[in-house]
Amino acid sequence: MTIKIETPLSDSVVSSLRAGDEVSVSGVMYIARDAAHKRLVSLIESGEALPFDPRGQIIYYAGPTPPKPGQVIGSVGPTTSGRMDPYTIPLLELGLKGMIGKGYRSAAVRKGLIEHRAVYFAAIGGAGVLAGQCMKSAKPIAYEELGPEALWRVEAEDFPAFVVYDAYGGDLYEEGTSKYRVC
Amino acid sequence: MVLCCACCGLTAALLPGQPVAIYHHLFGDGRRGAEGMDDLSEKNRKEDRQDVNGANPDWGGGFGLSCADIRHIDASEIAEAVYKLCMKVTCVLPPENIAALERAMEEEKSPQGRQALARILENHRLAGELMQPACQDTGIAVVFIELGQDVHVCGGDLNQAIDEGVRRGYSEAYLRKSVVHDPLFGRVNTKDNTPAIVHLQMVPGCSLKITVVAKGGGAENMSGLAMLTPASGVEGVRNFVVDQVRKAGPNACPPVIVGVGVGGNFETVAFLAKKALIRPVGERNPNPKYAALEEELLREINGLGIGPQGFGGSVTALAVHIEAYPCHIASLPVAVNLNCHVAPHSTVIL
Repeated sequence: MTIKIETPLSDSVVSSLRAGDEVSVSGVMYIARDAAHKRLVSLIESGEALPFDPRGQIIYYAGPTPPKPGQVIGSVGPTTSGRMDPYTIPLLELGLKGMIGKGYRSAAVRKGLIEHRAVYFAAIGGAGVLAGQCMKSAKPIAYEELGPEALWRVEAEDFPAFVVYDAYGGDLYEEGTSKYRVC
Repeated sequence: MVLCCACCGLTAALLPGQPVAIYHHLFGDGRRGAEGMDDLSEKNRKEDRQDVNGANPDWGGGFGLSCADIRHIDASEIAEAVYKLCMKVTCVLPPENIAALERAMEEEKSPQGRQALARILENHRLAGELMQPACQDTGIAVVFIELGQDVHVCGGDLNQAIDEGVRRGYSEAYLRKSVVHDPLFGRVNTKDNTPAIVHLQMVPGCSLKITVVAKGGGAENMSGLAMLTPASGVEGVRNFVVDQVRKAGPNACPPVIVGVGVGGNFETVAFLAKKALIRPVGERNPNPKYAALEEELLREINGLGIGPQGFGGSVTALAVHIEAYPCHIASLPVAVNLNCHVAPHSTVIL
């Protein structure tokens, strides 16, 4: 059964989610990947304000294709999340509650999810057209000179994702793989 | 400078700035290599006996056409062909990729895995219908050129022509520009997805074959290479390949296509693994021993339980393709290059 969730995420929503849950996300999300993260964390380190308030929010790790005429955004499936591991803890410390991407996270990030009560979701890697169709509005809000690595504010409607790492140490990748491993 | 081809003894001039001559004769038909090893020494002995200026029936009747019959291809035709390939390569996926995903849908045991596959199939169908990239990572353009030795490229620089095709194609098809000008310092986006990565091979004949691969970064990052020793044997190769896919887990967007290079040397084995990925999905190596190893590796990889998107399941890979080549008595190089399920590539022959 699909659990509908809305951003910003409350502590009670985060606490109710478990690894393996299928969710559909609606509301504002922020799109950022490698270069934008580097800039965000350097702002945090120098005590400056971020271009958005991360409290309760979800960052979606992605870099869209340019929109065709008439489109809100182009194809926008998830990118590999592990590259953002070195930048994640400072954002969790500022109240970030969710991340959507694909692939493994480091032990430090998984521990951070438990400590800061946050959750990591996976979207379907490679399904960029479907992901783009869930975005009702999209606007770059900083770092446009980075091209596909700009920071975007998007409004999603029923964006499908799976809970991979929950706030209790649950791990869909490990649970799923051990169920079907035959060697 | 004159190079001597390791596999046939043919000498070839190395032009300044054109290191491609080292590929001369290695991969021309895409099927030379270790599968022909059994008769290689006998073949070399035969060729040694030939006058290098004379016709050699083993090479298909000598050096081809006389100079008067050289075919001229204008660089602008090459730019146009690359442009057209870029326009469709990430939107219209090879039919054998889709067929492999449909088979995976039938075989997959996990409900979440089937759900992921259903979304992927729906996504890929829409991509073709809307002419929109299936995946937002439209890659760095890897361009394989098989240049007939009786072709003269005129009217411009071949590499510039390829980049011109990439520049126009990536812009007009609304593809993502994912190339930075320097890997280490600055990492400023070149904004037109150039330069492409070009692999140029000389082959007999008077045609020019272009394959564009829009190679994404996610699966590429999970690739690896090992210089094994001969004592490691088939078991060593098998362990390395399976381990590489296990470590990649969900990161490479499974179900993946596994390109494996075996033999050659350090740089050649990586090239072989990449080349293995442009073989139509599921087509077996013509050498029965390698074909059997491909099937065995596929079974073992699908037993890892990673499944579609890493959510757990019975289909982790759609295919394993191995390309092999003779190697040094001291070496057993092996490389794994992974491709996601999108695996966009497209070919044209001029």
